[in-house]
Amino acid sequence: MEWVVKTGSSVEAALQAALAELGIQRGEAEFEVVQEAQKGLFGFLGGQEAIVKVRPIPQTASFASDFVQEVTRQLGVTVDVETRRENGYVFCDVFGKNVGLLIGRRGQTLDALQYLVNVAGSRHCPGHERVILDVEGYRSRRKEALERLAARVADRVRNTGRRVRLEPMSPHERKVIHVALQQEKGITTFSEGEEPYRKVVIAPQD
Amino acid sequence: MKELVEFLARALVDHPEAVQVREIEDGETVIYEVRVEPDDMGKIIGKHGRIVRALRTVVKAAAVKDGRRVLVEVVQ
Repeated sequence: MEWVVKTGSSVEAALQAALAELGIQRGEAEFEVVQEAQKGLFGFLGGQEAIVKVRPIPQTASFASDFVQEVTRQLGVTVDVETRRENGYVFCDVFGKNVGLLIGRRGQTLDALQYLVNVAGSRHCPGHERVILDVEGYRSRRKEALERLAARVADRVRNTGRRVRLEPMSPHERKVIHVALQQEKGITTFSEGEEPYRKVVIAPQD
Repeated sequence: MKELVEFLARALVDHPEAVQVREIEDGETVIYEVRVEPDDMGKIIGKHGRIVRALRTVVKAAAVKDGRRVLVEVVQ
């Protein structure tokens, strides 16, 4: 975002003029004093006005939305981005055609993009909040699929008394499985192996 | 594609103006050489290369569409 530079008889006056031009409140802006006002000789000779530069603080939601829009434009897909704040997170939902490439195999492109928007945001967006990125509801659909898988495999483990090792999953996906089976009787879950091949194991409980 | 690499690299460093990307074509493979300020090296690579790995994943998604192989290297 570009700086707006304003002069005034005092820092406060210059700041107010800049805020008025940007149409934002003081708390939504960051500013730097370029030059303090100085009284000249006899109050008029050689005095100088205060100069400040002001710009809006980039908010997480608009930062994330701009970031995603730019990346998808480069990838040649047109998307709509909706953002909402909930429980201290900024949810950024992306919709559009041919967005499969934004998700990637088992959501790895989506995870990478989410990670990058958070790293970039934490460095360049003051007051950055954690962004949860989703494309066409992939994360919620995946969560439901994982929960169904967990329930199915838990039944099998109870019936056969044999442990089952699931396919490798990201930390987030493993957590979905662990949480889903937390209350289940007769089985226990844990993870083994090294990232990125770490797997959840569902085992019978003695 | 080069633009995408530049955009992502600039978003991650403290000195975006110093980011330079060179595109080197080698048959079916395209190599992107990313040059950043020395003190930005860690910012773009990340702990255990985590950031540059994510960057590569996103750039590879773009490459799949073009049917090409891409490599992203950070150089000093």
